[in-house]
Amino acid sequence: MSKTPNRSRQLRSKLGRVRGLGSTHEGVHHWWAQRMSAMALLPLSLWFIFSLITLTGSDYVAFQAWVSEFGNSVFLVLFLISMFHHAQLGLQVVVEDYVHSELWKMGLLLAVKYGAFLFGASGIFAVLKISLAG
Amino acid sequence: MAEDHRPLSPHLQVYRPQVTSVLSITHRMTGVVLSMAAVLLTYWLASAAYGPDSFARAQTMMESWFGRLVMFGFTFSLFYHMCNGIRHLGWDLGWGFELVRLRITGVIVIISSFALTVMSWMMAYGHVGKL
Repeated sequence: MSKTPNRSRQLRSKLGRVRGLGSTHEGVHHWWAQRMSAMALLPLSLWFIFSLITLTGSDYVAFQAWVSEFGNSVFLVLFLISMFHHAQLGLQVVVEDYVHSELWKMGLLLAVKYGAFLFGASGIFAVLKISLAG
Repeated sequence: MAEDHRPLSPHLQVYRPQVTSVLSITHRMTGVVLSMAAVLLTYWLASAAYGPDSFARAQTMMESWFGRLVMFGFTFSLFYHMCNGIRHLGWDLGWGFELVRLRITGVIVIISSFALTVMSWMMAYGHVGKL
């Protein structure tokens, strides 16, 4: 009944058959990327919250001046990159866990991945525009 | 897939909620919430890049009572996700799997994320002098 070909007549090696199908040394990639971005986000988020605390009540000029400061621009860009990277890794797992329709899953995964690039790139460009114009 | 009647593990809802499970799902929920906060951060930066008028509009929006409520929720989500994230990194190193430690670190996460949130808001509005 089954269409499985007779093993003895298969010419491809065992390695050849599994290559590209599984997690050959890539199994932990997602996991590791999530931890790496998490560790970067620890100090960056603390810096960001502290900055927000000191920025509370400041006007446009003060905000512009803060973003334009070299260290702040660099940290903001790093914060945006690691945050959106971390967010899309996490949202990907949430979608994969809870969305069971293949079409919806694919659509939402695309939205998550493209969305992270869209908002990440926009945020970075905004930082550059503010700091380079000021 | 309708005819697929393979046995499944029982759904999460049949278990009594415990510190461990509630903290776990909260980690996910705060993660999703923080993704929205990330989008708001981009909007905030973009509004400043557009100019003073759009920045003022964004500020008015975030300084409204609803805006502050959302920001407070974002602050808590960030501190919670951060504290519980440290807990996760401990597990990754093989530390803290014992039931007692799981519960203790869980309670520490809850207390410290609330405390850090309130502390940040007090500091933020402390130097402005008004809420």
